[in-house]
Amino acid sequence: MIEVKNIHKSFGDAHILKGISAVFEKGKTSLIIGQSGSGKTVFIKTLLGLFQPEEGDICYDGINYRSMSTDQRRDLRKQIGMVFQGSALFDSATVAENVMFPLKMFTEQPLSEMLDRVNSVLKRVDLVNANDKYPAELSGGMQKRVAIARAIVMNPKYLFCDEPNSGLDPRTAILIDNLIQEITDEYNITTVINTHDMNSVMEIGEKIVFLRNGLKEWDGTNNEIFITENKAVTDFVYSSELFKKVRKAYLLEREGKI
Amino acid sequence: MNYIEHIGKYFTMLGQVFKRPQKMRIFKEALFRELDDLGNKSLGISAFIAFFVGGVVAIQTALNVDNPMIPKYLIGFATKRSIILEFAPTFVSVILAGKVGSFITSSIGTMRVTEQIDALEVMGINSLNHLVLPKILATVFFYPFIISISMFLGILGGYVAGMLTGLFSTVDYIDGIQLEFNPYFVKYALIKTMVFAFVIATIPSYHGYYVKGGALEVGRASTQAVVWTSVVIIVLNYFLTQILLS
Repeated sequence: MIEVKNIHKSFGDAHILKGISAVFEKGKTSLIIGQSGSGKTVFIKTLLGLFQPEEGDICYDGINYRSMSTDQRRDLRKQIGMVFQGSALFDSATVAENVMFPLKMFTEQPLSEMLDRVNSVLKRVDLVNANDKYPAELSGGMQKRVAIARAIVMNPKYLFCDEPNSGLDPRTAILIDNLIQEITDEYNITTVINTHDMNSVMEIGEKIVFLRNGLKEWDGTNNEIFITENKAVTDFVYSSELFKKVRKAYLLEREGKI
Repeated sequence: MNYIEHIGKYFTMLGQVFKRPQKMRIFKEALFRELDDLGNKSLGISAFIAFFVGGVVAIQTALNVDNPMIPKYLIGFATKRSIILEFAPTFVSVILAGKVGSFITSSIGTMRVTEQIDALEVMGINSLNHLVLPKILATVFFYPFIISISMFLGILGGYVAGMLTGLFSTVDYIDGIQLEFNPYFVKYALIKTMVFAFVIATIPSYHGYYVKGGALEVGRASTQAVVWTSVVIIVLNYFLTQILLS
């Protein structure tokens, strides 16, 4: 479980995060949503320790990140898997080398064991016969799968994804969402996803945190988001005509009018 | 950001770079890769330039020594001195600053803008140590080898120029290059080379590591890195010469 308390983060005069608090539970997929510029990426990077907050606390399973020693922080990082928006695969390394990198860095396993583990996670993300390919030879969806494989190869306790299905076609995006959801259930990990994809919200949003102008405007589940009266949320989530109709139909059905 | 801040940030970066590598096996792999990328692949251009510069220095010296009172063997002597003291270590280092410096900045800068450096940091890896230390060691220990070869090829270039142009005899040239050989000059040149190699590895790394933006900014950072590396090499050349030779 990750508990965030009153996080503030500024860059120069720009106050980006203005006191956000949230809880991300173990075994659940939590989504952070919000418009571009709402502070989602800064928030997730602050959770990861890439940015240091000026104020507030982040607790990983009850242990405050601020009070951790350097060794504890290093150990924590080994338990974190991250899928970046652009996949962030190492260009000069093959798929297998990319996935194997954390194992080589942090374990003393023999090469054969590492290869077995790499093949097993690549199979888990439905990516076979791609071990010797370079990232530039893969499609966007395949790159995301490799990034997920690299993120889970060390059996992480926490999985973070920054817009995992941006730039993907709707079908591939849903496959990636489902894959993340399955992995979260299977490994019982705490998953936090940064997205503004409404399909993801409807498909896998067990918990949703809506950010607006650096503040938490709303949180709830993907069922609650249908009935919320929060105007900022409804304006954001139901900005398309299609979703407006879906919501209207849902509310009418809920009231027994259809 | 002003110059003082940049200098402070550069030395803070070095503080992170000079830490014990987290995994020796990975570090050795990276070191050998850098030896190939930054060292081995620079050998050809350095040899080519040194050979022709040696030829040009010998021809120009011969053309300026038209007084019959000046012995012809001084052409070989002057060529040897010029190449060992200045052309091989400084000229070749400035060329390498362009070739290797832009490569280092663009490769690290691309890693920065595509979040590959963030990926390393999230894994708990000291990205500066992981990316920059192998580059420093590869250049500092390989470039003296490149410069030694450049010295030899520069002097050989002068010999070949004499043969082809007939401006001086090869016998005089060989007499000249054997005259008053001072091993300290080679030592001086290699010390300079090691300092320049350090600059060639670290200044472009700094520009690449702290780049912000996209492809355009990476391109700008590469240009800036080459300019600043060349400037620092030229300035350090002056001070090192004053310290080591005067």
